[in-house]
Amino acid sequence: MLDKNGIAKRIARELQDGFYVNLGIGIPTLVANYVPEGVNVTFQSENGMLGMGPFPFEGEEDADVINAGKQTVTILPGGVYFDSATSFAMIRGEHVDLTVLGAMEVSETGDIANWKIPGKMVKGMGGAMDLVASAKNIIVAMQHVNKAGESKLLPKCSLPLTGIGCVKKIVTELAVIEVTKDGFKLLERAPGVSVEDIQKATEGKLIIEGEIPEMVL
Amino acid sequence: MSKIFKNADEAIHDLTDNMTIILGGFGLCGIPENSIAALVKKGVKGLTCISNNAGVDNFGLGLLLQHHQIKKMISSYVGENAEFERQLLNGELEVELIPQGTLAERCRATAAGIPAFFTPAGYGTEVAIGKEVREFDGKMYIMEQRFHADFSIIKAWKGDTNGNLIYRAATRNFNLPMAGAGKITIAEVEELVPAGELDPDQIHTPGIFIKRIFQGEHFEKRIEQRTVKSI
Repeated sequence: MLDKNGIAKRIARELQDGFYVNLGIGIPTLVANYVPEGVNVTFQSENGMLGMGPFPFEGEEDADVINAGKQTVTILPGGVYFDSATSFAMIRGEHVDLTVLGAMEVSETGDIANWKIPGKMVKGMGGAMDLVASAKNIIVAMQHVNKAGESKLLPKCSLPLTGIGCVKKIVTELAVIEVTKDGFKLLERAPGVSVEDIQKATEGKLIIEGEIPEMVL
Repeated sequence: MSKIFKNADEAIHDLTDNMTIILGGFGLCGIPENSIAALVKKGVKGLTCISNNAGVDNFGLGLLLQHHQIKKMISSYVGENAEFERQLLNGELEVELIPQGTLAERCRATAAGIPAFFTPAGYGTEVAIGKEVREFDGKMYIMEQRFHADFSIIKAWKGDTNGNLIYRAATRNFNLPMAGAGKITIAEVEELVPAGELDPDQIHTPGIFIKRIFQGEHFEKRIEQRTVKSI
């Protein structure tokens, strides 16, 4: 089974040289720590930055330089600042190659729910609806089951949707799963996790074909 | 006619109860601090505020919420504000949550004289309810419309007496597309210089979009999530 950093590390293997990448808040942010050697990617922060760098050293924080999670960050040489309309032109215009974001539920048809729990959580969708409606390649980073032990990979989402038919791949602490037109297709198992464990934690239709390899991290 | 106002109080002198205001910033980054303080002081009520976020409990638009001056918020993300959530769940506050890119484009469209546009964001979700849906090149889009706002209040780094603006770093955010999105756009700047001092090649927002400008003071520039690295 993987921890959060393990999930991030596995997703980082999906990065390709030259990619422009938008990372959501939470586990997705950790992906930036594991960019493979020899792969150059540019991180886009939807509040208006390309070439986002690491957190600043203490004393070097700049209130005018934050990421989409409102954290103080830095900008790398060659980076650029821009406004929110331009930022979402990059996103809706499909200029961003990969989006990694968290989810509360994903359906076997690639629907995603991650912004609202009616009557309980009122936070808003932020840029998530724009991102999922437009990105060519969306990877969801999340736990396989919720705190109550219920599967988050479902035949149909029960929570209000963020987008429909958009998720391409899911990486959890248990597995790497591709969303196909026939359902969730199991691609890889996390170290020490059996196909049965994954099947038990997946409520949506899980397609298991042949020998399922263990993840290489 | 001069665009220059002495301070925030004077710049918002004719902003009254029940108006719709667009306000710049992302989180607490690049918010018009002086103008918000002046709105609190003036005590205008029943406001509809269009802003990406709603501030935090004791800063930014959170101050207007504390004083129950906001009737309705139109935002994309309001997660950092407990008082907001309380007022909303209690039915004291109306809220319309819209996708962030849609918010930015609606502001830009408002300033640019575009009444409506189609976006894929929100198709198939509750955001699309009641909106025109259309297919272009095999993909589904929903129609979003411009805003109608009495004031747009934005913040820039440097401005000149013609209203030309330069933003610093990631404070461009919503400030830039909101320039010109209100019947009257007020720019609050850190430094106001005489026209001619800013390099025309470096200006981000041409002064034609700005009706009023003033130099703010005591910018706190509060950081919402101070995050540092140790090595």
